[in-house]
Amino acid sequence: MSRHLSASTASAAAAAGRSLLGWRLGVPLILALLVAALAALPALAPYFYIFVGTEILIMGLFAASFNLIFGYTGMLSFGHAAFFGMGAYTTALLLLHFQVPLVWALLASMVTSALLAAVIGFFSVRLGEVYFAMLTLAFGMMVYAVAHQWRSFTNGSDGITGFLLRDFGLGLDLQLADPAVYYRVVLVIVVIAAAVLYLITRSSFGLILRAISENPERVAFCGVDVRRHRLAAFVIAGAFAGLAGALFAPFNRVANPDLLHWSQSAEPVLMTILGGAGYFLGPFFGAAVFVLLETWITSFTERWMLVLGIVLALLVMFFRRGVLGTLLDRMLSR
Amino acid sequence: MSEPLLSARDLRKTFGGVHAVDGVSLEIRPREMVALIGPNGAGKTTFYNMLSGRMKPSSGRVYFRGRDVTGLPPHAISRLGISRSFQINNIFGELTVRQNVEVALTALHRRTFRMFRPASRDRELLDEADAVLERLGLVELADTRAGVLSYGDKRLLEIAIVLATRPTMVLLDEPTAGMTPEETRRVTRLIRGLAETGEYTFLITEHDMDVVFDLAERIVVMHRGRLLAEGTAEEIRSNRAVREAYLGEEESA
Repeated sequence: MSRHLSASTASAAAAAGRSLLGWRLGVPLILALLVAALAALPALAPYFYIFVGTEILIMGLFAASFNLIFGYTGMLSFGHAAFFGMGAYTTALLLLHFQVPLVWALLASMVTSALLAAVIGFFSVRLGEVYFAMLTLAFGMMVYAVAHQWRSFTNGSDGITGFLLRDFGLGLDLQLADPAVYYRVVLVIVVIAAAVLYLITRSSFGLILRAISENPERVAFCGVDVRRHRLAAFVIAGAFAGLAGALFAPFNRVANPDLLHWSQSAEPVLMTILGGAGYFLGPFFGAAVFVLLETWITSFTERWMLVLGIVLALLVMFFRRGVLGTLLDRMLSR
Repeated sequence: MSEPLLSARDLRKTFGGVHAVDGVSLEIRPREMVALIGPNGAGKTTFYNMLSGRMKPSSGRVYFRGRDVTGLPPHAISRLGISRSFQINNIFGELTVRQNVEVALTALHRRTFRMFRPASRDRELLDEADAVLERLGLVELADTRAGVLSYGDKRLLEIAIVLATRPTMVLLDEPTAGMTPEETRRVTRLIRGLAETGEYTFLITEHDMDVVFDLAERIVVMHRGRLLAEGTAEEIRSNRAVREAYLGEEESA
């Protein structure tokens, strides 16, 4: 009986292996075409879509950083905007007061966001699911309140404005004020950041995270300090959310408390569920669907949230694996 | 007589006034195979939970290799060389069989913070994982998702995870529970084979008396949170108090 079962699972594994071989050749090709298409977007699409594209890339990175702790580690954070906002403020303030090259502002933003994540994570990762979600939400609200009230430093609800993009740094001569150039800079940085995040998910550390998301107790009994690994994932996710926020501030031309609001924390959650938390590129797809839907729907109705709500409800009820997951399932079952 | 590897001294655990474990002292010597038996609710699992760090004792101490390990967290106890299995299957169903073992090996070799090298390129670790799976007869299933394994194979996989942490002290909580007679024989054979290597010291809880009498050199009987009797298979079989404890349970059942 058990031998029979083993044989059937072995043949199923072999079949999966065959299709995986196809994927191993196909996926890099598809990704290369996708990146090439994205790079060509400013030349092909209407001017307006350069802004849409920039926003999708930035929000995709934001959502992907969130998914490192949600999809991979099994922690639902409702305070991820704190790190996005921290990155946005850091870059805005550095550009305003010190006119630093953009690349250094981006790196500094990752550091400040990681530090903030270390503090919030220190208190949060020790808690179970619901309490973790609540505590991250509470910390997110506190950070929002600080940005809102500390007027002398953050300029209150008006936020930081009037900063200028000068040079990128690293000796590159880039006209960052040109939206098409800025879009391509964002594309390159997001691709690099996504590659690093992907590498982390495939690493030994990533394997431990996936194991923790499934069964933290068994991982602990294997000799792993689960809390430390959760904290590390939280800090890395915070750093990349900070990078996304840092890219967003010059694009948005303002860093204001809206970027830290708890509703901003809901966006990566929605995008990730929309795209599919079980896939590395799911959050990017979710961000694309989210931003495109928002763009199109708000052009003919004010009730964008209603439509989004309906779309999300349908997805959660009928397409649990998200847009990307459902697409891949269809293609694989064919 | 050698020094005990693991010793529990007057361990107690109270849940809201109920004494689940009520003053148990036990010494296990290196390379011993001890079976812990007792009717349901005798406190065996609670006792295990205190030995493995899952629960802090209300009072009493646990010593491992002479070191006081009372109340240490599970990961610290695991690193010292005490590894346990659970009564209910406790594996990573979404990971492949090999990855399940890799998790334990990654922890063993302190590679859990390696972030920038794909786990699938760690040839040394993968070979080691396959060696562990080979030992349990699971190597053909290495690439299968663990969640789809048969019940018996899942239990074997959990033993594989336990062994991958390279423990000196192995705590198995009902390793043959829910298994078919054939699977039970397979696991019994396997445990005996592991014991014969002399690398491990075993404490096993088990309901199947054939397995217990077959494997254990020494049997400890727990009843209502206390140790009721201790001895060889022969001594336990002929112990009146033990028979009464079990008969009492059958009468009430």
